[in-house]
Amino acid sequence: MSDFLLELRSEEIPARMQVGARAELEKLFRREMDAAGVETGDVTVWSTPRRLALIARDLPDATKAVSEEAKGPPEGAPDQAIDGFCRKNGVTRDQLEVRDVKGRATYFAVIEKPGRAVRELLADAIPAIIRDFSWPKSMRWGEASLSTESLRWVRPLSGIVALLGNDVVECEVHGVTSGAVTLGHRFHHSGDITIGNAEDYAMKLRAGHVVVDHEERQDTIRQLASEAARTAGLTLVEDEGLVVENAGLTEWPVPLLGRFERDYLDVPPEVIQLTARVNQKYFVCEDSDGKLANAFVCTANIESTDCGSAIVDGNRKVLAARLSDARFFWDVDRKHTLADHAKGLERITFHEKLGTVADKVERVAKLARWLVEEGIVKDADPDMAEQAAQLCKADLVTEMVGEFPELQGLMGGYYARAEGLPVEVADAIRDHYKPAGQGDEVPTAPVTVAVSLADKLDTLISFFAIDAKPTGSKDPFALRRAVLGAISLIQENGLRLRLRDAITNSHPDEFLGGTPIAISEDDGAFRPLSDSEKLDIRRNRREETSDSLLEFFADRLKVQQREAGVRHDLIDAVFGLGGEDDLVRLLSRVKALQSFMGTEDGANLLAGYKRAANILKKEDWGSEPAHTGDEDPMENVDDPDMRAVYAAATEDRTQKTLSYTPEAAEKALIDALDAAEPKAANAIEAEDFAAAMSALASLRAPIDAFFEEVTVNADEENKRHARLDLLARFRAAVHNVADFSRIEG
Amino acid sequence: MILALHDFWSANGCLILQPYDMRMGAGTFHTATTLRALGPEPWNAAFVQPCRRPTDGRYGENPNRLQHYYQYQVILKPSPANIQDLYLESLRVIGIDPLKHDIRFVEDDWESPTLGAWGLGWEVWCDGMEVTQFTYFQQMGGFDCKPVAGELTYGLERLAMYIQGVDSVYDLQFNSAGVSYGDVFLENEKQMSKWNFEVADTDALFDLFNKAEAECKNALENQVPIAAYEQAVEASHIFNLLQARGVISVQERASYMGRVRDLARGSCEAHMAKEAPGWAEKYPEWSA
Repeated sequence: MSDFLLELRSEEIPARMQVGARAELEKLFRREMDAAGVETGDVTVWSTPRRLALIARDLPDATKAVSEEAKGPPEGAPDQAIDGFCRKNGVTRDQLEVRDVKGRATYFAVIEKPGRAVRELLADAIPAIIRDFSWPKSMRWGEASLSTESLRWVRPLSGIVALLGNDVVECEVHGVTSGAVTLGHRFHHSGDITIGNAEDYAMKLRAGHVVVDHEERQDTIRQLASEAARTAGLTLVEDEGLVVENAGLTEWPVPLLGRFERDYLDVPPEVIQLTARVNQKYFVCEDSDGKLANAFVCTANIESTDCGSAIVDGNRKVLAARLSDARFFWDVDRKHTLADHAKGLERITFHEKLGTVADKVERVAKLARWLVEEGIVKDADPDMAEQAAQLCKADLVTEMVGEFPELQGLMGGYYARAEGLPVEVADAIRDHYKPAGQGDEVPTAPVTVAVSLADKLDTLISFFAIDAKPTGSKDPFALRRAVLGAISLIQENGLRLRLRDAITNSHPDEFLGGTPIAISEDDGAFRPLSDSEKLDIRRNRREETSDSLLEFFADRLKVQQREAGVRHDLIDAVFGLGGEDDLVRLLSRVKALQSFMGTEDGANLLAGYKRAANILKKEDWGSEPAHTGDEDPMENVDDPDMRAVYAAATEDRTQKTLSYTPEAAEKALIDALDAAEPKAANAIEAEDFAAAMSALASLRAPIDAFFEEVTVNADEENKRHARLDLLARFRAAVHNVADFSRIEG
Repeated sequence: MILALHDFWSANGCLILQPYDMRMGAGTFHTATTLRALGPEPWNAAFVQPCRRPTDGRYGENPNRLQHYYQYQVILKPSPANIQDLYLESLRVIGIDPLKHDIRFVEDDWESPTLGAWGLGWEVWCDGMEVTQFTYFQQMGGFDCKPVAGELTYGLERLAMYIQGVDSVYDLQFNSAGVSYGDVFLENEKQMSKWNFEVADTDALFDLFNKAEAECKNALENQVPIAAYEQAVEASHIFNLLQARGVISVQERASYMGRVRDLARGSCEAHMAKEAPGWAEKYPEWSA
């Protein structure tokens, strides 16, 4: 048993790629060892900017010998086939064995594979690992790159250390040969470091000013950066991303605190933090009031001869130049009002089929105003909503957002405040992208809600109108996020919004339906459409857009509710009613249904419902209620003389008076329905879904008794018809509350 | 400092060349870089290139952003194995002590859509400031670089600021007789920023762009790719000026960039076509 050490040295590996590279190295190593039949125990992988290292503990010295056999052609097969089989398995013909396979004499080759020294296996595995290594981006270099077939690596690969126990595993990859020699810190150590074995690797590197364990470097940065801030009487603003990135940029991390001129604190703190983090990878600090302080913490890679004073001073200058630029943008942007900036949106394409961002803004403004005027968003001023919407994208053309796209919205809010716009408007501009994802804060300020919802609805309606729906994992316009955002806004704020109305009112038919002009005749010639034909086509397309968008809402709502523990079949049951496009009502109905289905009454009523539905289905009695509601039974009757006859027959089937005396249980069900129907209807009208459910609950005992005591398939035709009608009526009553056929169980 | 770099790179096998006498955004546009990066022949050169980036002008108010500045460019083809060591040695030569200043290689891949070129490499940080762009060219003019060249682009003003320990580029001492960088260039920065952003006649610029484009095509038709390439460089700079004047909309921008790219690529293609037979003969293992 020996430990194995592999170090792949390279010119500086990008920090962001090191996590993936560690995983890739371990994966490929295990793949190679598995393929060779070597059992691998603990594997440790480390990275620095200049090396990837892997240590595998307790590798055996050799693999076990194995005997494999291969089935060949049957006896008497053509010589060609038999010779081919021998060649493939590296045996001669007289070494073949003949065995019986289902009564057929068949050749077998028995191949003895002797155990192999693990050292040899590793010598084969290392080049394979290097060649197969997958980097997000890779490159060619040096003389070998005269051919495009030369080795590709993230940056030039400069050395390989491969030691099994105390011995070098000898191998060569594209001119790089393995050995025991590595390099230490780029500046703190000169000359070679000879590694003895896996055990002394980390220690010898440490002596060469390299902390090879990335987690240890991360800990150092975390601790020393906080300490530097504390010593200056400040608190470090923690940032795990920065910890990891700085650990990926250093082999010997040394956090240092510096100061910048206080004047720059005029620039919004988010801008300072962002420019420090993104451009310079610095931490920032807060003072005791929680306000951003004029200090930064950078992470050097050396212990400098002057205790870091030149480094801190240099970094201070760079940050000052960055902040000077930020202040330049801040000043330049404020020379114009947001309304001026917004004019620039005419030059930015939102989508080639959907016009410019200015066009979008106009639609959003109209929709935001409508949401307020209709009382859907309450307690907001419609003028403010419209104004905020008109200005909400204006910061996209400012210098600051051009430089830092992440600050969109936020900067608009700052600029709005700076030019003295009402605080509601400024807040709405700032927050209208929210919620940006799950867990993000959902706005509640009325003007913000109106703008944010209008923005998301417009995006959804617009892309659905041009049929750019998300498919599978492809969602290039982030419509799933938009719909979840819209759902959260509606839910959190209890907005009573009919989605169909919103679609119709915000987007004219021309937009949703396109502008058809001509139609192709059967003979291939085109003729212009009449106005009424155009209207029809548009109306149909608008309906299609609305339908598919509502379906999208339903799908996302199901996903969201399932995560919140709501049964998706119950959502289906409520959506199955059709026509429900008010999410708040829909969800309160679902909620009532969920608690009802948890009761014994609910479970039993469902059983009764299923039984009734099955009988009706078997008898083909009445179609689904969803399809009968608006249909005119006389529609298909063309013969005027026959109409009266059909009408009488239909009337006969729907009338309530019976031509016979009902049995007691039958009568009880009729009475229960007579009582429950109006109760449920009233409760639904009042949106008291719990009351509607309890009205239904009153049907449970009668329906159970009915099935117990009454024979539906009575011999008398009139009784059979009446009883099937009664079951249909029961089913319809249940359907007024939810489509129980979609409920599982 | 320039002399020290010249001495160093000359001693390490580079030809010392002079700046290209045209307005360009980066030393990479010098034919000694772009056109020489193509083909199999070894090529090692170093030179200073004045650069103009109209949109980077700050009217002389930013301590290190300028619309006109100097790059020191080294091109080494094929990239030598010790290229990083050579580079670090050159920093020591101009007086930067890597045990006093924090030198770092930070990922920064380079791409020039207008040249149809890209490469992987780093920006080299000195105490957090980017002082050098370090790139292994992978493609140029749409062609694979065979072999790959290493390109080092030093920001001379920024390095000088470190060496002299000043906060603003304008405070750099140009000589030991008290002449500062500001004395030489501040007024120039103010006027040129104003001209770039506010004054330049945009109709004339559009006209110049079209003329450069036409001339590039003319040169290509007559199989003089180097002359064609010069017109591509000209068009690229005019485009940058139009950008600074803010008269190119977002949609138009892509189309203008496409036009410049077509010129640059066309020139590189023509250059390749002209040289490839000779290269293939001399380097049998090479192919376009």
